[in-house]
Amino acid sequence: MTDSPPVLIRDARLVDPASGREQRGHLAVANGVIVEMGAGIDPVAVPDGARVVDANGRVLAPGLVDMRAFVGEPGAEYRETLASAGRAAAAGGVTTVVCMPETDPPVDDPAVVDFLIRRARDTAAVRMLPAAALTKGLHGAEMTEIGLLMEAGAVFFTDGTRALTDPLVMRRALTYARDFGALIVQHVEEPRLAGGVMNEGELASRLGLPGIPREAETLMLERDLRLVRLTRGRYHAAMISCADSVEIVRGAKKAGLPVTCGVSINSLALNENDIGPYRTFLKLSPPLRHEDDRTAVVAALAEGVIDVIVSDHDPQDVETKRRPFAEAANGAIGLETMLAVGLRLVHAGEIGLVPLLRAMSTRPADILGLPQGRLEVGAPADLILFDPDEPFVLDPGKLQSICKNTPFDEARLQGVVHLTTVAGRIVHEIAG
Amino acid sequence: MSTTPRFPHRHLLGIEGLSPHDITTLLDLADRAVEVSRQVEKKKTTLRGRTQINLFFEASTRTQSSFELAGKRLGADVMNMSVASSSIKKGETLIDTAMTLNAMRPDLIVVRHHAAGAVQLLARKVDCSVINAGDGAHEHPTQALLDALTIRRNKGDIRGLVVAICGDILHSRVARSNMILLNALGAEVRAVGPATLLPSGLERMGAKVFTSMKEGLKGADIVMMLRLQRERMNGSFVPSVKEYFRFYGLDSEKLAYAKPDALVMHPGPMNRGVEIASDIADGAQSLIREQVEMGVAVRMAVLEALASNLPNG
Repeated sequence: MTDSPPVLIRDARLVDPASGREQRGHLAVANGVIVEMGAGIDPVAVPDGARVVDANGRVLAPGLVDMRAFVGEPGAEYRETLASAGRAAAAGGVTTVVCMPETDPPVDDPAVVDFLIRRARDTAAVRMLPAAALTKGLHGAEMTEIGLLMEAGAVFFTDGTRALTDPLVMRRALTYARDFGALIVQHVEEPRLAGGVMNEGELASRLGLPGIPREAETLMLERDLRLVRLTRGRYHAAMISCADSVEIVRGAKKAGLPVTCGVSINSLALNENDIGPYRTFLKLSPPLRHEDDRTAVVAALAEGVIDVIVSDHDPQDVETKRRPFAEAANGAIGLETMLAVGLRLVHAGEIGLVPLLRAMSTRPADILGLPQGRLEVGAPADLILFDPDEPFVLDPGKLQSICKNTPFDEARLQGVVHLTTVAGRIVHEIAG
Repeated sequence: MSTTPRFPHRHLLGIEGLSPHDITTLLDLADRAVEVSRQVEKKKTTLRGRTQINLFFEASTRTQSSFELAGKRLGADVMNMSVASSSIKKGETLIDTAMTLNAMRPDLIVVRHHAAGAVQLLARKVDCSVINAGDGAHEHPTQALLDALTIRRNKGDIRGLVVAICGDILHSRVARSNMILLNALGAEVRAVGPATLLPSGLERMGAKVFTSMKEGLKGADIVMMLRLQRERMNGSFVPSVKEYFRFYGLDSEKLAYAKPDALVMHPGPMNRGVEIASDIADGAQSLIREQVEMGVAVRMAVLEALASNLPNG
């Protein structure tokens, strides 16, 4: 990765979410890291053989770090490969992607972690980091080899879309993981209360669909946080979706528990009404909630109670989506659209650009213990250059993902990524 | 030739989306169809040359035969397709089935499906008119129309009537369609049942909610009972059949809470001794058999109204 030529980006609006600093200036990259940045539009000297990119005042920020994406490799390559997910990520400005362990075979063995790391290195344009299963076979009964999997390169432990329901297994996993410094990530949903297919309420009643109450989420979250208090293991709630969960997390953080949480880009930008006439691309887990919940999670993000935004990228093909709503699979793709969808909140005045980028880069990098997610001399040169105002209409046919199940089909969005670098190497570029 | 009043819809997917005028148009047409059905010569030629497919993914005796008879009385060629004999069981998706049937160029497809929204999904993929004969717990528009027709013929006007819909409202498409229709025509709608069988948001759907039959039936003009599915009787939603009948089954004692001239309805098939006592089902206040007759008439009206919008119609 270090053999790519130096890159110099001139006349950029440098936005560093880690420090909150914004300035007009330049940034130089060599040997995979940021080597110089400054307020002058041009540097004093251009390094030999450097590729000069004129940013024309566009935003230069750290590449995004996405803590939750499903990739079909190994086992479901027809849905998404590391290569196709990598192209989607690069185009969307995501430079680090954590892949969920629900593959076939699942990532519950160090050999699978090793395979994924090698395969991603050889085929993917961006950094792909495997998350390992928290329990063997994702069955929720026995914990995986947490220490060996970490040594192999697993960044955290989760059963993906499945909640770990057994309180004894959760207690022991948190306790055991604590001494390895391992992070446990939970899908906070009590499955016995989540038999429905959309948010419980008037709309579900009108559509004749069984609902999922908010209590499916809050019950599991509260239980887990009790266990965190007992064990002091590091815990991250993968995605919260409602106002009550925000209060629960706020309380836990105030009490000093080692807790962080995320939110899906979809829960920030959409609500249950977007389902309209049974649109299955908006069938998600956690389900899209009421507008009051959406505004509560947006406020919690601005306030920092919610730490990170995830794409929850989950490619599903026609077979699993073109079905009656109750029978369709959950999930939507999101790697390529999360920045533009997030910018929708910025344009609507719901959150500032810096807090948005912080939740998409600095915070997840910090939680994962990664050096990226900041504009700093010596930091990895994972960078994105984007025009936050440039409008476009989303054409699913042009998306890089193999599956096209985007909830933003034909949506009018703003925010085009013109350049993406990973360790100083240009992995996505559009002219102009 | 009598002209069919204008009905500005290509499909009938639900009561939702129909104006009060659309509803009364269909009810007026149905009144005329009742007369036709009571003649010795029951055949009309409105649908001569038209093909109607009844596509039932869920077993139904009453609704399917009612649609079949309605189509035949209007002169259509009617084909019944039920799930047992179709390729759905071989893994074909709903969309594939829709495309296959569409290629056979039917004029009208009547669909029942166990999943809410399935009929809408299918309607998006075909060129002909689609009638929803029940989709999951969503809607069953022709049932609501036949109930309204039955009420109107017995009470004169629907406006101002108190209609108590009782029982398993949570799983009932009949209840949903009826709530929308009765509200549109100005009735006072009540939803009565144990709280485990009442969906959330009922008040916002225009129903007053009661968990006691005594309160809910007080002053009612119409008592509409719903079927309780067998799998929901034993401990999952209600503790037992015995307990359900004691507190929510319609017997003479509970019916006495309603107005003296209250009328009793049930969409069928009935569970006698579960949601309704036999003597009430067969009693003088019962409209249950008349509902079946109105069912054919309403379906004739719907087929005629949609056919008038078909190409070359």
